[in-house]
Amino acid sequence: MTIKALALGLLATSMLTGASIAQEKIKIGVSIPAATHGFMGGLNWHAAEAEKRLEAAHSNIDIIIVTADGPEDQASDLEDLVSVQQIQALVVLPFESEPLTEPVRAVKSTGAFITVVDRGLTDPSIQDVYVSGNNTEMGVNSAEYMKTRLGEGDNIVILRGIPTVLDTERFDAFMGAIEGTGINVLDNKFANWNRDDGFEVMQDFLSRFPDIDGVWAQDDDITLGVVEAIKQAGREKEMFVVGGAGMKEIIKGVMDGDELVPVDVLYPPAQIATAMDVTVAHFTSNGPVTGSYILGSPLITKENAAQFYFPDSPF
Amino acid sequence: MTVSVPEVATKPAKGFRLDLKTLGPLLALILLVILGYVLNPLFLAEGNITNILTRSAFIGIIAVGATFVITAGGIDLSVGSMAAFIAGVMIIIMNWTVASMGASVWTVLIGIGCSIILGVGAGFINGFLTTKAKIEAFIVTLGTMGIYRSLVTYFADGGTLSLNSGAREIYRPVYYDSFLRVPYPVWVFIAVAIVGWVLMNRTAFGRYCMAIGSNEHVARYSAIKVDRVRTWTYILQGLCVSLATIIYVPRLGSASAATGVLWELEAIAAVIIGGTMLKGGFGRVGGTVIGALILTSIGNILNLTEIISNYLNGAVQGVIIVAAVYLQRGSLNTRRKKAAE
Repeated sequence: MTIKALALGLLATSMLTGASIAQEKIKIGVSIPAATHGFMGGLNWHAAEAEKRLEAAHSNIDIIIVTADGPEDQASDLEDLVSVQQIQALVVLPFESEPLTEPVRAVKSTGAFITVVDRGLTDPSIQDVYVSGNNTEMGVNSAEYMKTRLGEGDNIVILRGIPTVLDTERFDAFMGAIEGTGINVLDNKFANWNRDDGFEVMQDFLSRFPDIDGVWAQDDDITLGVVEAIKQAGREKEMFVVGGAGMKEIIKGVMDGDELVPVDVLYPPAQIATAMDVTVAHFTSNGPVTGSYILGSPLITKENAAQFYFPDSPF
Repeated sequence: MTVSVPEVATKPAKGFRLDLKTLGPLLALILLVILGYVLNPLFLAEGNITNILTRSAFIGIIAVGATFVITAGGIDLSVGSMAAFIAGVMIIIMNWTVASMGASVWTVLIGIGCSIILGVGAGFINGFLTTKAKIEAFIVTLGTMGIYRSLVTYFADGGTLSLNSGAREIYRPVYYDSFLRVPYPVWVFIAVAIVGWVLMNRTAFGRYCMAIGSNEHVARYSAIKVDRVRTWTYILQGLCVSLATIIYVPRLGSASAATGVLWELEAIAAVIIGGTMLKGGFGRVGGTVIGALILTSIGNILNLTEIISNYLNGAVQGVIIVAAVYLQRGSLNTRRKKAAE
């Protein structure tokens, strides 16, 4: 009798737990900027792919992706994720560090697990996990490649992104790494991570400097514009271009042995997928996952390009 | 004293004011050219001038259309997004054509045809909603601006729409080749400017635009078909955007959500720098052309010099734009004196 009761009780409890698991999935909110720029398009694609993969692999995980057009918009998204969706974890790529710090802190105060991606918050103690590309390494690796091809007295020009911390980190690291090599930086200008601006700024560099041996375009969207300007001037043979990020068209060119753009430096749009993986692991793994995950910015060459090539991605 | 000054100053001041009104933008451009040459003599190199003119073509062509819209008292904020949208759809259609028929001149012609249809259609929608649905032009075009921008992002899946390389090869010369050492885009710009000037200054349509812009009710009582003329200004604007897109696409062979961002503001700035009134009633196509050249030259000069910190580019542009408009407005004094008369 007692055994029977116990067994019944156990059965009932297990059914209850089973039911509650089936009903209450672990909700993970993913808040990222909208796909208004090539890199963000790629990031959005990788987020959607990771969502499909993780939800298929873990029946108790529900991922909600929201995209924002600006910092204010993103702050509202975070409020909705908490109040409407009642998320247990948040993966966030903040539009801007400063304005998003307090909204993310508010999410944290509900007890949610916080993963911050790429652009950090001003108070790092809020985050449980930080996943990011490596801007410094990106600058350094670009410079290291320049050094293998150029030396004393060679001239380069630099096309920068948008005036942001991220851009400054890359630029300072690059300048630090080429210091003392005798490589001449003729000038640097902002091309706003944009093909049209890359084209125009490069046209002006080309009419200004008769001798350019290398171009650091920093970003693959800019690279596309730069390449067109160089072709228009018929100066493909004089120089080479180093971009960055990992746009599929550029990677394809590297694979095929393009001489004008022989390499690329990775700044992975897939980092959002890594962040989502780690966040899910917090709920499914038996090991701790807190800490910082800084992804490498390796040099992509003809030999290793295939592993960074995602033909289905929009970027 | 306040009484005697206007009496003495009226005549010369009037001549002075007139001169500055027409010559202000040109004067600003000349000053800018001198500044550019002083900062870097390469500014006047043939290659650089060709670059400036070709770049001005996009904003310039769009701005000629905007001159009509603004003169008739309207505004079109959707042109940048519209350009991106048309470029995106053109690329998609040309890629389809290549897939089914192979790449040929026809591919490009089909793309161009679609561009014109889309431009005229988009302009008509803006005009129709403004005149028939009686929604403020600012709101209508703010709405369509968002719609076109989202659509191109959606079509590109957040990334980049790239033209098939075969079609690209055929289309490329439209941007990069030249006739009599003047690139094709510049020829298109010249043609659009001439047609625009004639339309504005030598036809009833141009006079109607100015009449509607200065006083819509009076224009209506004068038996001008206000709604029809207004709608036509938006259609003309759409057509101009489509022409600009036709010469833009072969430049990079791609379109994305970042295409044409802020072109609407540049076009409006070119129109205003050129001496057209933002509140309507007075339009100046020639001024608009100069306005576009001024805007492009500023960016070019900043790229040709190292003197100014990169971070201040926007500030320099702002100062020059305001100064250019101040020059063509003439001195405020002459106005006040005129008012006092």
